[in-house]
Amino acid sequence: MRQQSEQVSATPRRRFFTQAGAGVALLALAPGVRLAELAVAASDDEPVTDAHRWGLWVDTSRCASGCDACVSACNDEHGLTGMGRPETDAQWIRKVDLKDETTGREVSLPLMCQHCEDPPCVDVCPTGASFRREDGIVLVDKHICIGCRYCMLACPFHARSFIHEDLSGQKTYSPRGKGTVEGCTFCVHRVDEGRTPACVEACADAGHHALVFGDLNDGEGPLAKALASAESDELRSDLKLNTAVRYSGV
Amino acid sequence: MTNSGTFQVLRPSGAFWLTAGIAAALALMGLAGAHHMETEGHYVTGMNNRVVWGLPHVFAVFLIVTASGALNIASISSVFGQALYKPFARISGLLAMALLIGGLTVLVLDLGRPDRLIIAMTYYNFKSIFAWNIFLYTGFLAVIAVYLWMMFEPRMNRLTRPAGTASFIWRLVLTTGTGLIFGVLIAREALGTLVFVPMFIAMSLSFGTAVTLLAILLVFRLSQAPVGDEILIRLRTLLAYFVIAVGCLVAVDHLTRLYVAGHTEVETFLLMEGGIYPLFFWAGQVLLGTVIPVILLLASRSGGVLKTVIASALVLLGAFAQLYVLIIGGQAFPMDIFPGYTESSSYYDGVVAGYTPSFPEFALGLGGIGLAALIVLVAARVLPFVPQVSVKQPAG
Repeated sequence: MRQQSEQVSATPRRRFFTQAGAGVALLALAPGVRLAELAVAASDDEPVTDAHRWGLWVDTSRCASGCDACVSACNDEHGLTGMGRPETDAQWIRKVDLKDETTGREVSLPLMCQHCEDPPCVDVCPTGASFRREDGIVLVDKHICIGCRYCMLACPFHARSFIHEDLSGQKTYSPRGKGTVEGCTFCVHRVDEGRTPACVEACADAGHHALVFGDLNDGEGPLAKALASAESDELRSDLKLNTAVRYSGV
Repeated sequence: MTNSGTFQVLRPSGAFWLTAGIAAALALMGLAGAHHMETEGHYVTGMNNRVVWGLPHVFAVFLIVTASGALNIASISSVFGQALYKPFARISGLLAMALLIGGLTVLVLDLGRPDRLIIAMTYYNFKSIFAWNIFLYTGFLAVIAVYLWMMFEPRMNRLTRPAGTASFIWRLVLTTGTGLIFGVLIAREALGTLVFVPMFIAMSLSFGTAVTLLAILLVFRLSQAPVGDEILIRLRTLLAYFVIAVGCLVAVDHLTRLYVAGHTEVETFLLMEGGIYPLFFWAGQVLLGTVIPVILLLASRSGGVLKTVIASALVLLGAFAQLYVLIIGGQAFPMDIFPGYTESSSYYDGVVAGYTPSFPEFALGLGGIGLAALIVLVAARVLPFVPQVSVKQPAG
């Protein structure tokens, strides 16, 4: 009976201590949980490192002449709408059709910013608006671009465009504005989320799989394996720019 | 150095107001052109994604190159101690500053975002030759301002020579920087050569001397001070040698490319088949800008204002033709991204880029010249830049 009464009296006491302990534990852990959330959110602000070097392989044998799925995807992704003036409209990626002058062999391929390791556009930019991230992606800081277009003169690939008139309907993740220079960003907003650029996705969706995106530093990754399996080269290799985009079949 | 007492300000006259009015009208027209370009966007110009630098840059580079050369007379006077040139040293320094301000104004107003000028002055990429040039230009203005002060202030006259030497060195570095803007563009076949460095220095000596001759004749006419024959003859001979020097370096530039296998295509374009560019080269730069002025300048050793004016104007016409071919022709020729292949795309790969200058950009360029002229006239109106007496003999 005494034991019983002790058990009866001990139960609420134990429950109290259990609940109090849990409360204290919750109070102690909650800030930590919150901090952990903040730490994840803050990762966007952390500096990009050179642990990765993003690159692209273009297998021209798989690239179909007349197909512009990559171009359309880029235009949709970044809100590039032409004004009906081809000489001044922006093009971040374009299809180029080639014909070998000796053999007559025809090749079709997409051409965009080659994300050089030593980018001439970055060298010549007076304000530093043209810059290369540690992971190799070459971008334009639209806030400090003064629109001098010297980078466009220096680029060996005509990879950049100047915004010649007012724009509307820009995407929040892809800032653009009249009077500044722009070009392929490797869809940096998608890459930072662990996704691939829009052109690569569109090419795969179209069933061609001519574009392989990945980390050049990752020896076991799909890009490194693809590059190891086939002969490839950079465009204008004579300039020794060590581009991140490699082509096979030209 | 000449005592400031022997100099005078420009007296207002009908001719003065007419000249100043024309200069101001040009400057205003340039501002209007720039305003139109900036509000509408650059699509209203002839410039596009292939020819990104157009007529404004031809004018701007002309003015900047000419600015450093306009300092020649002052340099000859202060650095090389030629007393004959001393009466013209002040106007030479003023011209250099005014032309540079005119050129920089054109350059800045052509920017996609001229409202961000403060960014160009606060954010620097020191690997960029363009960023160096910002320092070279602003420094040039400061150095010449000090140099002029040394000339104007009798107590400071003893420092004229060191200030002149500093300006002379600065101007050589400045023109080197301007030449390098195009000289470092390795991807462009018609550009990207270090011959541009001595060539731009020679160009500055030639264009600068031609502009100085015209400016001296104009300003002295407005002040009714006669320019002596001796100075005209000397400057004309000097100009002839500078024009020949430019011609030699231009020949070297073309011949080196013609010699190197694989580069003949760009030369065929520039010298024979490129439409307006060979026309501008042979008719504009070679015939009107080099051969005829050299004959005019050297054929007779006597004075003659008209002959001087015609020869100097032709040299400047040739200068524009040269810069048009260099800057715009250099961009119009397609880059060979895929050697051995013919290329075609929606972005004009493999074809000669089109460029048709529009009125707003032409107005902007002329505005730079108008602004430079206006600065010279206003400055000469308020400060004693012009010698008071006949300058056949060294004054002071």
